[in-house]
Amino acid sequence: MTDAFVRVEDLKVSFQTEDGIVRAVDGVSFSVDRGQTLAIVGESGSGKSVTSQALMGLVNKRNARVEGRAYVGDNEVIEASDDELRRLRGSVMSMIFQDPFASLHPFYRIGAQLSEAVRVHNKVSKAEARTMVIDMLSRVGIPNPERRVDDYPHQLSGGMRQRVMIAMALINGPALLIADEPTTALDVTVQAQIMELLAELQEQYNTAIILITHDLGVVADVADEVAVMYAGRLVERGTLNDIFYTPEMPYTVGLLSSVPRLDAVSERLTPIPGQPPSLINLPAGCVFHPRCAAATQFSCEPCATERPTLEMVGATHAVRCWLTPEQRRQFAVESLAAAAGRAGGAS
Amino acid sequence: MTAYVIRRVLTGLLILVLLSMLTFVLFNALPSDPAALTCGKNCTPQIIEANRVRLGLDLPLWQQYWEFVKGLFVGRTYGSGSATFACAAPCLGYSFRKGQEVTPLILNALPPTIFLAVGAFVLWMIVGILLGIYAALRRGRWQEKATLGAALVGYSFPSFFIGLLLLFFVVIRWRLLPYPSYVPPTENPVQFFQTMLLPWITLALLFAAFYIRLTRNQMLETLSEDYIRTARAKGLPEKVVIGKHGLRAGLTPIVTAAGLDLAGLLGGAIIIESVFSIPGLGRLAVNAVTDSDLPVIVGTVLVAGAIIVIANVIVDLLYAVIDPRVRLT
Repeated sequence: MTDAFVRVEDLKVSFQTEDGIVRAVDGVSFSVDRGQTLAIVGESGSGKSVTSQALMGLVNKRNARVEGRAYVGDNEVIEASDDELRRLRGSVMSMIFQDPFASLHPFYRIGAQLSEAVRVHNKVSKAEARTMVIDMLSRVGIPNPERRVDDYPHQLSGGMRQRVMIAMALINGPALLIADEPTTALDVTVQAQIMELLAELQEQYNTAIILITHDLGVVADVADEVAVMYAGRLVERGTLNDIFYTPEMPYTVGLLSSVPRLDAVSERLTPIPGQPPSLINLPAGCVFHPRCAAATQFSCEPCATERPTLEMVGATHAVRCWLTPEQRRQFAVESLAAAAGRAGGAS
Repeated sequence: MTAYVIRRVLTGLLILVLLSMLTFVLFNALPSDPAALTCGKNCTPQIIEANRVRLGLDLPLWQQYWEFVKGLFVGRTYGSGSATFACAAPCLGYSFRKGQEVTPLILNALPPTIFLAVGAFVLWMIVGILLGIYAALRRGRWQEKATLGAALVGYSFPSFFIGLLLLFFVVIRWRLLPYPSYVPPTENPVQFFQTMLLPWITLALLFAAFYIRLTRNQMLETLSEDYIRTARAKGLPEKVVIGKHGLRAGLTPIVTAAGLDLAGLLGGAIIIESVFSIPGLGRLAVNAVTDSDLPVIVGTVLVAGAIIVIANVIVDLLYAVIDPRVRLT
């Protein structure tokens, strides 16, 4: 774990607001290797986007405090100067965003926006950059790239725009790509194409990908490892199999149970009751305990009073929970079975 | 794109025609008798009537308008026989008060007004946009409040007050500049700049205040856009992110306001021209009003209106240059 390409150690991000200090990210650690995909999963407000923006150095340091360490390759990015970060952004690490309609500048041709990304990091002529841009556009599956390069964003569909964003992010061959809900704003058919494209390009460039999403379907398709975030902290981390087949943290179980299933007998979805807590005023004990059915079921005492720590429960699997392993497994099996609408086996 | 240009230009032309009609009717349908205003103290009804015929004021209004429009394009002659005098195209009328054609009067008054307006414009745009960006970047800090506060002071004072204050201190008290006396720059560039400096500063102070606020608000709005985050994620230096990606997106309302403000000033900065005795269009118009010199009033109003209409068309065309999405419509 410690010699992985991307290492995040005890990352904390807090914002000073009028109502108090918002601890958006509180002690998050994870790692990703080149060629691997880590999915960070959680509800909105769980801190997953802030985590990625802190890695990119895109958090406004004037109103935010960022602590901890994060390494991308040999570069430490939390303490790095603005200038160092600027050199890393777009070359060593890059990012694609949720809304391709708003993420491209409406007034510049896509070719100009892409070659800007090339020329800010490489000493190449405009003509050379243009050739690289056209080549990259064809790699991301834009038809007629020689002509499309002179289009404005409004002349492209949403899927095409996201392809352009991917081209822009990968044109300098970054070692780390952060994809913040890359398919949320797109049609379902286009979503699959975009994820497939990302997987292909990941293989070509041997990129480490951090995928931020709340879509467990997408996670199941592409992730190697999964980190589940709740209220600014990691509550469970493991391989795809760990999380999908033997989830332990009741919150993860709740997320998995609330996915609509075609094979379910019951037509009702089973959402997690309640709302995520206010990040200014976190509940005592486990931050999830007010919504945790398992804590109630097993009358867990420390759950309401003491903060649990992230404990390894297997070679690759870590969980932040006060319940005993038996209680956790029992709860997971029962909940998932109930969600599937059939007694017995978990999904 | 071509259709857009043609449509905008045609609309502009149509508005110009309507404007000329309106101005013409407005001033010629006034209860005061233009013919009576054409002769001096020793007036008899016979002279008035003779002048009426000479000026074509006996004709029905639509025919007068027609003569006026014809005069604009091919020139016209007033009167008949030995008392004829020609008014060369573009003829905007003949001022009996001054005994001069209106067109050269206006053409002579235009350059000082243009120098005044353009000089002030350049000054306030540079100051306004730069300080506006500065205020946006220092959001929530004392520098922003100081900039906006100073802008508010500039904005709140009437222009004649600032003008007179500058005149009093700089020229009369401290004698840093000679008393303003307009000369064309070709004749005496030093005196020209000495005369224009204070009016430029006065106007620029007044307008820059508005542009500081406008630019700041636009920048704050665009800097929170997703594509600004994208620009940062590409690793662009902050000055490119703000000066290129941010400013370009916030430019449209600034261009609109700038075009119309410049056009308004080109129509004559009445107060500033009076305070600093600049023989421009504004002064010409004011004097024409006090003299009841109708043809000059019609001429200046028409020219000032035409400048605004033309500026509007130019601003519309600039939209298309700035924002490619406009070119579709």
